[in-house]
Amino acid sequence: MTSRSAFLLGVRALLPMLLGVAPFGVIYGVVALQSGIPPLAAVLMSSLVFAGSAQFLLAQLVGAGAPALLSVGAVGLINLRHALYSASVAPVLAALPRRWKLLLAYLLTDEAYAAAIPHLLREPRSPQAHWILFGAGFALWFGWQLATLAGVLLGAQLPADLGLDFALPLTFIAIVVPLIDSRARLAAALAAGAVAVLLAGLPYKTGLFAAALAGLAAGAFMQSREKR
Amino acid sequence: MNWPNTWIWLWLICGLITFAIRYSFIALEGHVRPPGWFVRWLPFVPIAALTALTAPELLLVSGKLDLGADNPRLWAGLIAIAVAARWRNTLLTIAGGFAAFWLLR
Repeated sequence: MTSRSAFLLGVRALLPMLLGVAPFGVIYGVVALQSGIPPLAAVLMSSLVFAGSAQFLLAQLVGAGAPALLSVGAVGLINLRHALYSASVAPVLAALPRRWKLLLAYLLTDEAYAAAIPHLLREPRSPQAHWILFGAGFALWFGWQLATLAGVLLGAQLPADLGLDFALPLTFIAIVVPLIDSRARLAAALAAGAVAVLLAGLPYKTGLFAAALAGLAAGAFMQSREKR
Repeated sequence: MNWPNTWIWLWLICGLITFAIRYSFIALEGHVRPPGWFVRWLPFVPIAALTALTAPELLLVSGKLDLGADNPRLWAGLIAIAVAARWRNTLLTIAGGFAAFWLLR
């Protein structure tokens, strides 16, 4: 396999996912403006942070006036899952020069990982395997930048009284509900939601952190009970 | 916030943290695996964090619990949850939630 054919293989594996990701990027652009983020800053977030659900989260927290430290912590927490992808692709990339590792780490999103990993795990492994991950990562990056730019341009044209800020909770519902496939996960959601509502009056949105921890604890507790 | 400094600094710090997470095990060249407790707890993180953000948006109006018929976000949110549970489709969920929200408000 040449580097070119490996790159194109990665691009082709990712392309179908852009159908789902592109509307998501457009919605991000619209709601970022609704949260009071200036258009240029909304566009720059897509290359500086480059993480779909974390960008929605950051837009929501900034719009709610949350302190910067809490926003940073929340983005770190929500992106922790990428450490698993990092561990998964690490053996494939181990022998590469550092500039390749830095580039592929920047491009390591949910979608790029999902598109590339079936090809990366295939044995015998091609010496050009990293080009597959690069192709998938680059295709997603390019599509995401275009989609969020389109969303920012569109958002600037829409009237303010549509209640478009409601797109944020709806997006989070669309992400979370399909993840709930066990009683432990349901317990995590219910505990986090209940504590967030009870502690909503606390200053600096600190109730959100307590709520997230309560959800984690409830989920872990239920999971340990289910295993017994 | 002051444009451009505060925004860009916040994005940069969030971006660096995201990058550090993605680079973590790649930098260790496959010699280290993530610990078991981390793998077990991780699936609960997005569920807990995103529900904590969403529940007050649906249930609270001006900081007070509002379970009344005149709270459109609550009922539109419940419809969106039902759509998401039934079809597991992001766009359909958002469209269904907005349709209900615009009809109810």
